[in-house]
This record gives sequence, C-alpha cells and structure tokens, in this order.
Amino acid sequence: MVQLTLPKNSRMTRGKTWPKPTGASNIKEFHIYRWNPDDGKNPALDTYFVDLDSCGPMMLDALIKIKNEIDPTLTFRRSCREGICGSCAMNIDGINTLACTYGVAEVSGVVKIYPLPHMPVVKDLIPDLTHFYAQHASIQPWLETQTPQPRKEWKQSTEDREKLDGLYECIMCACCSTSCPSYWWNGDRYLGPASLLHAYRWIIDSRDEATGERLDELEDPFKLYRCHTIMNCAKTCPKGLNPAAAIAKIKKLMVERTV
Amino acid sequence: MAFLTDRKRATGLGSAKTGTGHFWSMKVSAVALLILIPLFVFTFGAALGGSYEDITVYYARPWPAIIAVLTLIVGFKHFNDGAQTLIEDYVHGTAQKITIILVTCLSYGAAAIGVFAIAKLAL
Repeated sequence: MVQLTLPKNSRMTRGKTWPKPTGASNIKEFHIYRWNPDDGKNPALDTYFVDLDSCGPMMLDALIKIKNEIDPTLTFRRSCREGICGSCAMNIDGINTLACTYGVAEVSGVVKIYPLPHMPVVKDLIPDLTHFYAQHASIQPWLETQTPQPRKEWKQSTEDREKLDGLYECIMCACCSTSCPSYWWNGDRYLGPASLLHAYRWIIDSRDEATGERLDELEDPFKLYRCHTIMNCAKTCPKGLNPAAAIAKIKKLMVERTV
Repeated sequence: MAFLTDRKRATGLGSAKTGTGHFWSMKVSAVALLILIPLFVFTFGAALGGSYEDITVYYARPWPAIIAVLTLIVGFKHFNDGAQTLIEDYVHGTAQKITIILVTCLSYGAAAIGVFAIAKLAL
C-alpha cells in the first residue's frame, strides 16, 4: 500500500542556523536538507545566509560558496556547471532542476533546497540513483542491428535524424522521473519518464533493427502503462524536453501494431 | 535481505507482454461515453419528474431504453478498467488482487442491476 506519511526516522527536524556574514547588505537565506547516515539522527533543515554580492548568480554558485566558506560538510554532486552532466539535479523551491542552470534571483524569499524527491538519500543532497540507472540500462540504450555492419557507416537521412531531436538531449539528471507520482508509487516496476524517453529514442531511430523487440519489452502494465500523462516530467525537465510526449508515442505504436 | 544485482532488480519478472488491450479498451469506452453520456442526459432529462406510468411508457420506447442500457454497460466497463488502474497504482501485493476482484464484482453487479431495472421498466 502506498505510504502517505514519512517513516519516523525520515521526519524533518529543525537544524542548525549558521551565522550571517558580517558587513553584507545583500543577504539571501537558504534552507538546506541535511542528513548524515553516520550520526543516526533524523534529517534536518539547516539555515545558511549567503552574501549575494560576493557570490555567482546560480544556485550551484551559492552551494559551492556555502561549502567553501560556511560549512564544508555540506554534500552535493556537481561537475560541469553548465547543464550538460546532470550531476547537480536537486529540488529547489519545489522544482526538480539543475542547480547550475537555476538562478538565485529566480526565487523570491527563502530558498529551500532538498534532494530529488522519493529517492533513497546517500547523504544531504545526494540521492541514490542506482535503480534509476539500472532501469535505463535495461532498455538497452544502444544501436541494435541484424544486418552486417556496413563498410563505412549506418546511413540516416536528415529527416530521420530530425526525429531524434528532443530525445537525444536528455542528460539523465533524473529530474523527470523523481517528479512523477507514478514513479514515486511504483518506481520499482515502472520505468519512469527518463528511461522511456530513451527507449523511444532507440525505437524511433531509423538505423535500429530491434524495434519489435523493444516494444515487446515495454509492453507491460507497469513498465510502460503506469504513465497517466500527469506531465510533471515535461514541466520540470531542465532541458525543456517532453518525456510524456515520447511515452504517448510509444503507446501509439503499441496500438498501431495491435489494432 | 537479498543479494540481487541492480540489473536483476530493474528487470524484475520481465515484460508481461500485455497492457495494450486494457489501454485501447479504455480509449474505446471513453469515446463511446463521449457520445452516450450526452444522449443519456438528454433522454433521461426528458423523463425526469414524470409519474411511474409516464416513465414505464417512456422506457418502453426502444431509443431511451437502448441508450440507458448502453450507458450503464459501457459506463461500468469503463469504471472497472479505470478503477483497476487506480488500484494497481496505490495498492500492492495480495490486497491489490483482492481489491481488483471486489471492484470487478461491484462493476458488473451494478451494471447487471441497472440493466435489469431498465428491462423491467421497458418490458
């Protein structure tokens, strides 16, 4: 049965309030989720104050400033700082997004930062994405062919290549899947928007010869049909993609080969 | 505790190779209801407030009776399919199977009672 309340050891408590920077006039307040697997305590919401005059414009800049200058124990993933690696995906001001491409100025008032929702937490803002990645691997996100490899390359027309636009850009940040209520309730079996978008990317690829097998693997009340077109995935995608549309197209292909 | 690989967990029992029939059936019944519901409201509304004799005469005519029967059957079929999806979403394990059986009994039972009532009025 769906669990609507947090288990006792996951309930939030009030955390530490760190001192305000002295002599700063442009201060922004941050409430950040903290949880350490080693101290046995419940998660807490720490309060930080950042001087925006000496900070970069993005949320990731503020987080790095907090880690460098206020609290070095704050833990989060980050790498490319330009929205291409997906490492810094987190829930900022109620939206799953990338800290590196989300501006501090986009949030009025206190900035609340949590890890991606409904995932096991490794520490602080780091979710455990093991199952998410395994689901992605299970859709076999690579070119499958039967025809012997051509001497030069697998040819693709410009029109067929254009069909991959809006699909190949996905960076697997997990913002979409972790914003999906169906994935929250049935994430163990439902593949989620990210994996399904990737599945469609290979189904629609004119060079791939495993279309039927791919559809066979997806034809399942849980793997595919848990999508109820809620559209949270499309709303939250920091790359502006539309996984819900890709899922709808997979369903359309399913009907096409059945009816 | 089980030492399963991540891939084994993600693959689970594999694809059920089903689900499209249920999905398509819901689309078909939804389109049918799009036509039937206005017709039902129109015909039922025309009879609303009449005496028992008026209603029996009205539902003895084929058009209102057929629309009412079709609305009941398609409506409860659609309800059953939708409720099954809802249960699969929120209820897991044995409780899920039991709830689906109960809702199916309720749906077909309610449809049968409705059809019997219309038949009794019409015949």
